[in-house]
Amino acid sequence: MNNILKAKNLKALIGIILIYVIVQALIMVGIVDDYYQILLVMICLNIILSVSLNLITGFTGQFSLGHAGFMAIGAYVCGYITVTVKQEFSFLIGIFAGAIAAALVGILIGIPTLRLKGDYLAIATLGMAEIIRIIILNVEAVGGASGLSIPQYANWTWVYIFTVATIVLLKNFINSTHGRACISIREDEIASEAMGINTTRYKVIAFAIGAFFAGVAGALYSLYFYFIKPDQFGFMKSIDILVIVVLGGLGNIRGSIIASILLATISSYLQEYPELKMVIYALVLIVIMILKNKDMTKFKKFITEKILRRQTAV
Amino acid sequence: MCFLKCLYFLNFLDLEGVRLLTQFLQQLINGISLGSIYALIALGYTMVYGIIKLINFAHGDIYMLGAYIGFVCITYLGLGFVPSLIISMILCAVLGILIEKLAYKPLRNAARIAVLITAIGVSLFLEYGTMAIVGPTIRTFPQVFPQSRFEIIDGVVIKVTQIYILLVTIVLMILLQYIVRMTRMGKAMRAVSTDQDAARLMGINVDRTISFTFAIGSALAGAAGILVGIYYNSIDPLMGMIPGIKAFVAAVLGGIGIIPGAMLGGISIGVIETFVSGYGSSLYKDAAAYAILILVLIVKPSGLLGKNVREKV
Repeated sequence: MNNILKAKNLKALIGIILIYVIVQALIMVGIVDDYYQILLVMICLNIILSVSLNLITGFTGQFSLGHAGFMAIGAYVCGYITVTVKQEFSFLIGIFAGAIAAALVGILIGIPTLRLKGDYLAIATLGMAEIIRIIILNVEAVGGASGLSIPQYANWTWVYIFTVATIVLLKNFINSTHGRACISIREDEIASEAMGINTTRYKVIAFAIGAFFAGVAGALYSLYFYFIKPDQFGFMKSIDILVIVVLGGLGNIRGSIIASILLATISSYLQEYPELKMVIYALVLIVIMILKNKDMTKFKKFITEKILRRQTAV
Repeated sequence: MCFLKCLYFLNFLDLEGVRLLTQFLQQLINGISLGSIYALIALGYTMVYGIIKLINFAHGDIYMLGAYIGFVCITYLGLGFVPSLIISMILCAVLGILIEKLAYKPLRNAARIAVLITAIGVSLFLEYGTMAIVGPTIRTFPQVFPQSRFEIIDGVVIKVTQIYILLVTIVLMILLQYIVRMTRMGKAMRAVSTDQDAARLMGINVDRTISFTFAIGSALAGAAGILVGIYYNSIDPLMGMIPGIKAFVAAVLGGIGIIPGAMLGGISIGVIETFVSGYGSSLYKDAAAYAILILVLIVKPSGLLGKNVREKV
């Protein structure tokens, strides 16, 4: 109990509640209108997606390009359950069912593919996500290519609750024994295997947990935007999420959160120029990657020089 | 030809057998001509991956631009097929070099993931940049070849277009093999792909070799673009996306970094895809390519023609 009520955790809790109260007050006053509310929801969904992908790619070091596939599963399972079971809180069951379905598929896909490394794994996961999308496209029960309409159950409050829960759960997972095992796989797979870590098992666990939260994000997406189409979960969506993770920094949750806010805001402002939106987005992407690389090398040089100087001083 | 003789022999089969066989052979011809286009694109992927270990996502879009350049040459400049093909290949090669110099070279020593995202950025830039300039409409590619067709044997038809596609592909592949096997530059390319540092120590200009690889790969993609335009009669700014990924699948299938592998992989993917849409459902056509990819990666990640490399600790 003492552990949970540490000052740091209390501060975080107060921060979480404060953000919610402020946003809620702004909504009440009318400063945050519908447009900004959609932006806020997009930011939250981006946070869930990028933090969960960061667990797979950033912390465990497994390069996945298939996150949109899991999102699609979450969205469609949740949407189907919500539409067929017309109870008041069936959407909550839908969210969990969607997330669990995504996690199961994650395990199913993860066991064979996670033996692959680097680019090969990326391409295999990309293929898996595309196969999921094509299968959904051909299932008439969920509307096929014409899409599925769902009653709008989720609001900003639900999305916020799930976002905070995702961050807290994933942060705790990373700081646990299991999380440390995942990080050791990223650092050196052979060494961590030599230390007695069952690398395959932990890779699959990380993959399944990442898929679970991607499923949550997908379910929330379907419940908030109340209309889903297989096209929305294409290859580009996976890329978008990966870009957020890389921009925020691999293995950096805070970075993912900041990058989610940044990219969602940029893309919502670019919405006004539909023709040039993607061109600008692409240019921003290239420039950021090139600049980031430059800054990183300078940064590394700075660090090594500082450390070297200290060593010579000693 | 051997397979014609075969067919005459098999004509002794009953009617149903002949019908199935002709259908099979027709699908095979269509598959091979589609596959040879995939092979041309896959060659560029495989060469670039072989030399700098980068999945060049922009490659599919260079192929799209090749189709557009060909379109402009034929429709607006009134050029014939061969001059258009050559112009398109040259311009695509220049474009390939430019992309390499501007976007990939600053990231030569960066993390793989950063380079990959840059490649995706370049791809998006080319797709939507083209869309902003020429508009998103689908354009009809002019007919440059007569629409006549030959009947090889009862019911099995080969179009003139398909013959040209095969011819161009074969000529380009022989040319590529010549460049890679016989010339100094080819030798340098092989050296750099084996060991970049050692190649540099031997006095090879690594940067120039990489640029040259991009040029050749992009030129092949440009040629593939024109051929696809002629084959399908229509081009649009997003046409490079899916064939790009499929060509990459072809490269992986054949064994990435191996040039004959890309040819084999490309033709296999084309044939399989035609068979899936011919006998099964065309809706699952795209899924077939990905399913094959995953199977190959799981069973033999080094590809059909690849050698197994043991991991050393």
